[in-house]
Amino acid sequence: MIEDLAGLVERHPLFRGLPGGVAELVAGCAHNVAFSPGELILAEGGAADAFYLVRRGRVTLEVHAAGRGPLVVETLDPGAVLGLSWLFPPYRWNLDARALDPVGAIAVDSSCLRHKAEADAAFGYQLMKRLSAVLVERLEATRYRLLDLYGHDRSP
Amino acid sequence: MTSLRVGDSATIGVAGLDELIAALSADGYEVVGPVVRDAAIVPGAVSSAADLPTGWHDEHAPGSYRLRDDGDEAIFGWAVGPGSYKGELFPARESIWTGRRNGSTIEITEAVDTRAAIAIVGARPCELAGLEMLDRVLLGGAAVDGVYAGRRERAFVVVAECAAPSATCFCTSMGTGPGVLPAGTTPVTLRPGGVDVLPRFDLALTELAAGAPRSRRTAGAPEWDEGSLHGDARRAGAHRFLVTVGSERGASALGAVDHVPASTEDHDARDALIARASAGMGRLLDTDGLASLLARNAEHPRWEEVAQRCLSCGNCTTVCPTCFCTDVGDVTDLVGTLERRRRWSSCFDLDHSFLHGGPVRASAASRYRQWATHKLSTWHEQFGSSGCVGCGRCITWCPVGIDITEEVAAIRASEPGARPLATVPSAIGERAQPARSDGGSP
Amino acid sequence: MTVPREEAGRAPRRAPGGGADGRAARDALTPALYVVSRRRIEADGVVTVVLDPMVGEPAAWLPGQFAMLTAFGVGEVAISMSGVPGDGGGLRHTIRDVGAVTHALCGTPVGSPVGVRGAFGIPWGVEELADTDVVVVAGGIGLAPVRGAIYVLAGRSGGGRLSVAVGARSPEQVIFADDLRAWRESGAEVELTVDAAPPGWRGSVGLVTTALSRLAFDPRRAAALVCGPEIMMRLVARHLVDQGLDPDRIRVSLERNMQCGVGLCGHCQLGPFLLCRDGPVRPFAGVAGVLAERER
Repeated sequence: MIEDLAGLVERHPLFRGLPGGVAELVAGCAHNVAFSPGELILAEGGAADAFYLVRRGRVTLEVHAAGRGPLVVETLDPGAVLGLSWLFPPYRWNLDARALDPVGAIAVDSSCLRHKAEADAAFGYQLMKRLSAVLVERLEATRYRLLDLYGHDRSP
Repeated sequence: MTSLRVGDSATIGVAGLDELIAALSADGYEVVGPVVRDAAIVPGAVSSAADLPTGWHDEHAPGSYRLRDDGDEAIFGWAVGPGSYKGELFPARESIWTGRRNGSTIEITEAVDTRAAIAIVGARPCELAGLEMLDRVLLGGAAVDGVYAGRRERAFVVVAECAAPSATCFCTSMGTGPGVLPAGTTPVTLRPGGVDVLPRFDLALTELAAGAPRSRRTAGAPEWDEGSLHGDARRAGAHRFLVTVGSERGASALGAVDHVPASTEDHDARDALIARASAGMGRLLDTDGLASLLARNAEHPRWEEVAQRCLSCGNCTTVCPTCFCTDVGDVTDLVGTLERRRRWSSCFDLDHSFLHGGPVRASAASRYRQWATHKLSTWHEQFGSSGCVGCGRCITWCPVGIDITEEVAAIRASEPGARPLATVPSAIGERAQPARSDGGSP
Repeated sequence: MTVPREEAGRAPRRAPGGGADGRAARDALTPALYVVSRRRIEADGVVTVVLDPMVGEPAAWLPGQFAMLTAFGVGEVAISMSGVPGDGGGLRHTIRDVGAVTHALCGTPVGSPVGVRGAFGIPWGVEELADTDVVVVAGGIGLAPVRGAIYVLAGRSGGGRLSVAVGARSPEQVIFADDLRAWRESGAEVELTVDAAPPGWRGSVGLVTTALSRLAFDPRRAAALVCGPEIMMRLVARHLVDQGLDPDRIRVSLERNMQCGVGLCGHCQLGPFLLCRDGPVRPFAGVAGVLAERER
């Protein structure tokens, strides 16, 4: 039911603390989903039709490579946003995402939410602010990992 | 003769200085003092007053040092030379321990200091201040440098107050000279950080009335004016030394030498010389808020600017009387002898800050910044005082003539609300002229 | 004329262990002889050695301190204590093989001599944290200097909670895996993350700050111990301060070139601090400034 969903959306870190109307707006584009461990949630090259607010379980972001198996580039914890490429054309995923544990999430229809953001600029701005913060945090963390801090190179 | 006490003064002639040196030597001291060698005045063995640099005078400028023999009678008519007595007490190279493998163990033998007690005759007040700063570094912490402690304890120190500061001197800015005492005061025992250290000196000499030069003028020699070492000869007569007692063993040493009580004229002559020397400093360093000035200007563009000139040769650290950095390293040989050695090193060495595969301070800018900031700023937090005595050696012996007072002034001048320093010599090599108002002193 | 060598009533000051006649000795700078009693390879290029004194008792030490270890014939290097106080036995050091001396120490066979000076430096001070919630963040070999402190904190009987975040380069380079298990079993929260992982790794992949975000602690009440590469300590300390921790209650372990270990050689300076005697452990608040100075 939409009301239960709105409550779940409201409690998710991405939307927590925003005015009540936002949760309803988002819930109108959303539905509950679950994945079993090992199940592929997003596929590299696939259409970014929906993104996910992870509520339960961990998800690995991976790049598949022949002869090397899936290479995990990041592990997302419960409370994370899974999928960001739905924001921009060509609306395609660039990484695989796989459930590591049993995963419970809220799937949000990308096109539906994009239309609502275009129509309601105030909501659109709030959404962008929250998603940008996630992007910046992941970018910074990735840059620091590139330094290979624990490697045998010179420090500090 | 009534026995002398700490704080008393007496007057001795040049013969008395000779007696003093001979007596110290006879008592087992290795006497070291200023001697002329390789066109410089450096610490060397002294067996009599004849070994001292009589008649020699020095000319300092950034990157330039010349000695001149004017042939006059002044024994201490010069400022400082490149070496300091730091090297006699804190050896430039030494063995810490040697070891030998013996089966599955190692036999370690600590090195012992075999040098006799040293008597220094003719240290400058700035050099004495330098030794006191080294005392805080090497004796003031939880670990004491045993060799330095022993040598310093046993060292007999005769300070020669300074009447001829050079163009690079700025001891007045650092409160370390040119006299060893303000007029009329008695020596005090320092207690930095609770460590009981020696009294400041055993004896202090001030050379008076060194007599007219044999040739009134040698090529390039300046005129000797009224207030100088030579000028007051007309008033006071014989070439002599005012001697102040700084310790009981100093009292004992002076008591056994031919001396007369110091007269009022002797004290006045000394005070006048010191006053004239104070006014004749070649440079000034504004130390007001200096520690925090440098601390907040770590990114000042001046550091990059000085780095364009600095060769990071480390001359400044070699001649500095307070630099104390050492490298500690192990050596071995094909037959398995082990030795740990210590030698003077410099923060300008690229390897000084080596960590995990490379130096922390790779650029000349960061190394110059480290040296200047340590000497003038962080030394305060580490050891409770400035690390600079204002002797000017780093300026004179820098091959490209970098002047620490000028670098600091440049940083200070580019801060908001900067105020220009009152009297700073503008031309390289120009000796700051003393104020003429004291020309009338008797 | 006699000039007394020493003034009346003033005995010459001798260094500890000095000989007669004012001749001075040097024992702060002379190593004591220990032997390697155990060795263990923790990961590629990382070895733990346990050193027993040839005579007498091992030197007293506290977690966070370091000792100067001599590989005879090669040289001397500063290595943190990685043992646990009171676990008996000798001095324990976990050494990463990165140069001539560490290579020699990592390869010293059981029964061979090693020189030890110390322990030196300011420890973590876990004794003062009896009832405090403590967060420990360690990266790479940085887990070694903080291992003893974590055991002390885990063994507290007071009300303080313990949370540990560990970062490593890859799963093969995680050290002290059994200790991580032991800490979890003692009731501490322990989160591990790696920068990169081969297939089959079911743990977390990400920067150590992500492991930190999984820990539950109240930033307003907690103290923190942070240990690892300097870049990592800066970013973790910033992250903790952003979350509301008092920077004065965040302790970091700093490192510079160390040669004498006792404040005489001048090499280990970091701004106003001589890290061998004013560190290696310092509150972040007081060092944030010098850590922000850009060396080049």
